[in-house]
Amino acid sequence: MSEAGSRAQLDGHVPGYLDWASTAPLHPAAAEVLREVVAALSAPDEPGGWADPLRLYGSARRARAAADAAREQVAALIGARPDEVRFPPSGTLAVQAALLGALEARSRYGRRLVHSAVEHSAVLAVAATAEGVAVPVDATGRVVGFDVAGAAVASLQHANHEVGTIQPVEDAYAACAAAGVPLHVDASQTIGRIDPPDGWDLLTATAHLWGGPPGVGVLAVRTGVRWQRPGPEDERGWGFGNVPSVLAAAAALQAAEDERRAEAPRLSALVERVRREVPALVPDVDLVGDPDPAGRVPHLTTFSCLYVPGEQLLAALDREGVAVSSGSSCTSSAVTPSHVLVAMGALTHGNIRVSFGRTSTDADVDRLLAVLPGAVEALRS
Amino acid sequence: MSGVLVLDCRGMRCPLPIVELARHLADVPVGGELEVVATDPAARPDVQAWCRMRGQAYVGESLTVDGVPAYRVRRDS
Repeated sequence: MSEAGSRAQLDGHVPGYLDWASTAPLHPAAAEVLREVVAALSAPDEPGGWADPLRLYGSARRARAAADAAREQVAALIGARPDEVRFPPSGTLAVQAALLGALEARSRYGRRLVHSAVEHSAVLAVAATAEGVAVPVDATGRVVGFDVAGAAVASLQHANHEVGTIQPVEDAYAACAAAGVPLHVDASQTIGRIDPPDGWDLLTATAHLWGGPPGVGVLAVRTGVRWQRPGPEDERGWGFGNVPSVLAAAAALQAAEDERRAEAPRLSALVERVRREVPALVPDVDLVGDPDPAGRVPHLTTFSCLYVPGEQLLAALDREGVAVSSGSSCTSSAVTPSHVLVAMGALTHGNIRVSFGRTSTDADVDRLLAVLPGAVEALRS
Repeated sequence: MSGVLVLDCRGMRCPLPIVELARHLADVPVGGELEVVATDPAARPDVQAWCRMRGQAYVGESLTVDGVPAYRVRRDS
């Protein structure tokens, strides 16, 4: 690899990468921690976190101490106590464990799971195994009347993963508390981006979206909330813990938290530029999501181009070096369009989601705006 | 059934049913109606979104005799 290439990798900058809401390139702080873990293999007295944290010798004690420190750090940054935080091996497993564990603990109250119509598919998949009740959303994607009467468990995302709309989690938590229903909040798109949510009984997130490595989900269960991990007993929870990646995830989250107050307005300006300039450059575009930036996360936005197949638009942009994602049906293995766009009444074909991160610049937006009008026009003719 | 222009979009994937709808809007007078018969599930939200974007009226959905959804649109402008 060239020196420039290796520097680019360290920095995490991938030119034309506008899909940070799918995954964020590894933060340099996380990469540094992983390098330290590898280095410690050949220098066993160094703290490195590679050994089995449940064993009773020096390297094991050091791994345990490092893992405990990482847990404390993550807990503080998401507004939890250290003993409330667990690290399932993915965000999807964190969601499944949160909901199945709460439903199991609340089985005498039935199986009704009240959730917004725009939750991540991980939540909908659990709801399909229970008595799911989808609460509708308005045209901005925000829930309307989060009625939890008769629910065993409720689930509401902090912000939507496709359109960025921030949900009224505090109001939902108040309603849940009054009804005695535990509320799960999926904060996957917001941890490390905006202030963590206040009101929750169970919180989930995933490290790869804040610049940590893949393979680290987060599940926090408030002290006193009835919950049991689904599955058979295991002294380690989900098997042998991924200590190196947990350490890297904690370092990345600390870095994201340190950077986000400066980053949020910078990324929001990129988003607003997309929302202003795309409809001016491309006719017949449906801007999706809350028109008010304060009602959205700062780093992502979505629009749909009338009369354009989303799959072919993604391919055309990819040929020009622009990586984005789409909620259009033909771009996924499913035959149905994005349930988020459908629930909002948005145009589902020709859909593009653009999302930014710490290395994104105006040059990335320039590239998108330079190629999008021609790509759309070619597909329409 | 007189006055309703039926567009048979069975088997077409979106956005083709919406392209057909736009292409044939001018074939009916203002106040006239079109019906998009489509098997693609994306047609349901997209006919309605098209009406909202284009200032036309979405009338509603029915089923054809062979069980395929038909989405009714009234030309308002």
